[in-house]
Amino acid sequence: MSAKTILEIVDAPIDAAAWTAKLADPAAGAIASFLGVVRDHARGKSVVAIRYEAYREMALTEMKKIADEAAKSWPLLGLAIIHRVGALEIGEASVLVIVTSAHRADAFEACRFAIDTLKTTVPIWKHERYADGSAWVDN
Amino acid sequence: MKIRVRLFAMYREALGRGEVELDLADGTTAAQVFDRLFAGTAYEKLPRRTTLYAINQTYQPPATMLRDGDEVAFIPPVAGGLA
Repeated sequence: MSAKTILEIVDAPIDAAAWTAKLADPAAGAIASFLGVVRDHARGKSVVAIRYEAYREMALTEMKKIADEAAKSWPLLGLAIIHRVGALEIGEASVLVIVTSAHRADAFEACRFAIDTLKTTVPIWKHERYADGSAWVDN
Repeated sequence: MKIRVRLFAMYREALGRGEVELDLADGTTAAQVFDRLFAGTAYEKLPRRTTLYAINQTYQPPATMLRDGDEVAFIPPVAGGLA
C-alpha cells in the first residue's frame, strides 16, 4: 500500500494542527505524532539561542528513505516529517512527525521509528548558544 | 576531474564557506579531499570515524574514489565539536 507522504524542511514555525489536517483520512483510526521543541538547557548549561542548519537535498532524500522503510514495515495511511531550520526560540517546535494508520499500535511504532531514525541519518545540525559560549551538537 | 564539496555546521565555519570547487587527480578518495581541505585546521587530526562521508547525497565509505562531477559532503560529528 502507498501511504500519503509529506516531507518538508521549512523556515517558518511549524503548525502541527495544519500539517495534521493535511493527512486527514476517513480510514484512519489513529494519528500518532511527535513534536520536538527547543528546550532551555543542555549538558548542564542554559541555552539562550538555537539555530538549525540542513544539508537540504540530502536531508530530504534521507527523510524519504525513512518514509519508505516505515511504509514497508507498518500498514500506514499517512506519514509526515517536517523539520524547521534557521533560528528558533525556546519552546518552538523544531521537528514534527505524524503517522496515521487504522490502529494505534502501528502509528505509535512507526512514529517512534521515524523520529529515532531521523536523529541518526538525516543531516541536520543544531547550534546551541549558551551564556558562556556555543557548540554544534547532535540534533 | 572537477568535484564540488559541500560544507556544513562546524566544517563550514572552519573553512569560512559552504562550498568549494576542486580540480583533482583521478583516483582521489573522499577521505583525501577531507585531509587536503582541513590540513592546518583544528580538524586535521580528527579520528576518521567521527565524520561521515556523502557522495551525491548518499552515505559512502571514506575510501570511495570520486568521479568527475561528484558532489562530496562531510557530515560533521554529531556531538561535541570545537566551536
